[in-house]
Amino acid sequence: MTAELRTEGIAKAFGGVQALDGCTLTVPAGSITGLIGPNGSGKTTLFNVVTGYERPDTGQVYLGGQRITGASAQRVFGLGLGRTFQLTRIFPRLTLVENLLVATGRSKAAGLTRARELLEFTGIAQHAGELAGTLSYGQRKLLELATVLAAEPAVILLDEPAGGVNPTLIQHLAARIRDLNSQGTTFLIVEHNMEFVLGLCHQVAVLDYGTVVVAGPPEQVASDPRVLDAYLGAAPDEEQDGE
Amino acid sequence: MTPSAVRQDAARAARPRRGQPGWSGLPARPLLIAAGVLAVVAAAVLFPVAFPSPVATTYGFDTLIFVACASAWNLFSGYSGYLSLGNAVFFGSGVYAVAVGAQDWHLTGTAVFGLLPLAAAVGGGIAIPLGLIALRVRRHTFVVITIAFFFIFQLMAFNLAFTGGTSGLVAPILNWSGATYNNPFYYAALLLAGATVAVSWLIRRSRFGLHLRAIRDDEDRARGLGVPALRVKLAAFVLCGAITGLAGGLWYYFIGAAAPQSAFDPLFDLALVLMAFFGGLGTVAGPVLGALVIEPTQQWLTARFTSNYLSEILLGALFLVVILFMPRGVLPTASEWLARWRAAWRRRREPGAETRP
Amino acid sequence: MASQIYPAIADGILVGGVYALMAVGLTLIFGVLDIINVAQGILVVIGGYLSYVLSVHLHIDLFLGLLITVPVMFGLGLVIHTVVIRPLRGAERTSMSLLACFAVAIIGEGVLYAVFGADSVTLNASYVQSSFQIAGYYITDIYLYCFLLAVALVTGIYLLLYRSRFGRSVRATMQDPVAARLVGIDINRVAALTFGLGVAVTAAGGMAYGATSGGFNPNSGYDLISRLLAIVILGGLGSIGGALAAAVFMITVESVVDIWSPSWAVAVFYIALVIVLTIRPAGLFGRAAVRAQ
Repeated sequence: MTAELRTEGIAKAFGGVQALDGCTLTVPAGSITGLIGPNGSGKTTLFNVVTGYERPDTGQVYLGGQRITGASAQRVFGLGLGRTFQLTRIFPRLTLVENLLVATGRSKAAGLTRARELLEFTGIAQHAGELAGTLSYGQRKLLELATVLAAEPAVILLDEPAGGVNPTLIQHLAARIRDLNSQGTTFLIVEHNMEFVLGLCHQVAVLDYGTVVVAGPPEQVASDPRVLDAYLGAAPDEEQDGE
Repeated sequence: MTPSAVRQDAARAARPRRGQPGWSGLPARPLLIAAGVLAVVAAAVLFPVAFPSPVATTYGFDTLIFVACASAWNLFSGYSGYLSLGNAVFFGSGVYAVAVGAQDWHLTGTAVFGLLPLAAAVGGGIAIPLGLIALRVRRHTFVVITIAFFFIFQLMAFNLAFTGGTSGLVAPILNWSGATYNNPFYYAALLLAGATVAVSWLIRRSRFGLHLRAIRDDEDRARGLGVPALRVKLAAFVLCGAITGLAGGLWYYFIGAAAPQSAFDPLFDLALVLMAFFGGLGTVAGPVLGALVIEPTQQWLTARFTSNYLSEILLGALFLVVILFMPRGVLPTASEWLARWRAAWRRRREPGAETRP
Repeated sequence: MASQIYPAIADGILVGGVYALMAVGLTLIFGVLDIINVAQGILVVIGGYLSYVLSVHLHIDLFLGLLITVPVMFGLGLVIHTVVIRPLRGAERTSMSLLACFAVAIIGEGVLYAVFGADSVTLNASYVQSSFQIAGYYITDIYLYCFLLAVALVTGIYLLLYRSRFGRSVRATMQDPVAARLVGIDINRVAALTFGLGVAVTAAGGMAYGATSGGFNPNSGYDLISRLLAIVILGGLGSIGGALAAAVFMITVESVVDIWSPSWAVAVFYIALVIVLTIRPAGLFGRAAVRAQ
């Protein structure tokens, strides 16, 4: 299953802060698109707007040609759009299997099978019956990814999947993403890890002050002076929280 | 992996591990649990035969009513994490549903029992508008709203004409022999309690229960994964209301009178919370244990020391002790100790086999 | 009828000021510690009984007695915080604290029953009964004095919060405990002191409540806490200005409705709460949406 994700002129302000300002982005179906930009450029806000956690002030969001602007998070998920969070969110008091069962819409037996498959796929199956709260940070990220996959979404948004994760695990993640992509799943990935982004993505978009300043193939974007400007112009590039 | 092997593995993976507190609150050993449940049920059924005195069966009746109400409370509040301090609203509504119904339709004798489904309907029906208002707010505010609802209902009971005002309503006379008068009530309460625990258990194993618990852990995330949060919460709330309402109706006929202070009693709400917490919040057996321990104790204290205040102080102190030292309740804490003790014992039996602390 | 409205409004505002004082303590505790202190009601009653004991048995004037009762209640607040609140940790901290406060309230009520019995008591002073005239209407002296007391104390709290170093620490902790710790604020100390402060105001509130309510007993705690909770929720958890506005508003409305129907006046309180929350789940001024749960 695959679909195109498109935004048109999204604007969103919080009080006096204009987080998104005319953001237009197209994520082609079946592609892995990277979204980079300095801190405060609006990446997570864009995710929130697209997935229904926030409503945009203006602008439209299209999933597979269908307009989903302002739809609730529940509905957006049902339409085939999944996401992960910058600060990993799981259900700590449910077991790993139960975490996955929340997302699958199927019967119990089919759900259990799918849960097992996904745990194997992400490599955390040995903890299947344990409470999710006991997992390490990296394992939680994998669980979160597995949970999103449980409903077989057409488009997946990943918010800093490699953040705070060791290099081996990052390779593991990248491989899993490529596997899924080869079956058609579209990805939009926010990341600060340039190596990860440049090595994995088909195209990269750069967000600065709430709008897309550059978009194109990774090598082209990496050498575009506007990108360097965006990152180094206003503030030093550091690993910090929050958009 | 062959498909069948995957399925077998999946099924095995889905069961809680040995020794770990399973969702029933007890160590996961199905045969042991089944035997235990049968024993408890048998004891409960034979209780009035072994202790036929009206005092004993009254204790029994009260305790069973609380088993039902605590389980119902836990089924909503324990699973979803939305603590309700207003369940007395449902209880009292059930009380007055039967009281007013018996009075207006001139029912007497065993016919009054026919009003019990009405009590359940009223309890559940009231939960719908209340839930639609209260379940849209965050948890802190939810608790306060339930308290507000409680006071509104108590006030209505005091002030509205059809509820008989401060003096309340009196039940029609039931012409049963004194010695065995309590017994039908006891068994009705036992049936209700048993059904409630069974429902609680079924929910715990179901997708519905899973959704509730996901809501408890992270409601927004649950919504983002497709859980229809409001509908799920409301359904549990209505179910809780219906059961509690039915209990109220039954209790009314047993006591024989409906009055605002007793039908809508804040200590009722406290007792429910305490019982569920004591036994183990969010487990199936927890509220049962809590009710079995706390209700008889409270009754005994009230009988022994005629003024209420001592039981209040003790109840409050017990509550504090539970919160501070056994926050997850007796059953989960006990099974954890048990698991740890067993692991230590195993280690002592096989020295050098394990070096894990 | 109409001539009764103005005094009712005046009384409402004056008494509302007293409730505002108590509500401010409650909302402050929430803002800093993230817990709803449902024991606030019974603590007010305890404060009232303390004033009663001082006044009746030691013949100390009600207002002077505050010099004793306020520190005592402050100390009680510190004790409650250390013994009951502080040990609570973990994911369920907020719910557990709420229930722990509930337990403290129940214990408190039981102790009061044990010591004082169930009979109503009133706080009396030579000036409690007297009243003066303004524009042809009578205003009871004590209402005015208590209102002034409340104003003085709320102003004092405001100054403490916005003009002192301690106040800055409190506000920093309210906004971001982790960041506050990072700049060297001892948030445990801030929490303890804030809780103590929130409880200390119940001494004054208790005296004022006792003097203006015409009688109270241990059971009054329920009525009090439900009103305070309604006020605080309405005004928005954590908002001091909101608590003030909501208190004066609600009590005035109740006072006016009381003219027509005394038994329903209290219901209006809660109905107003329910209505507002249905329209604006965050309360009138609240930042409840900011707090996750």
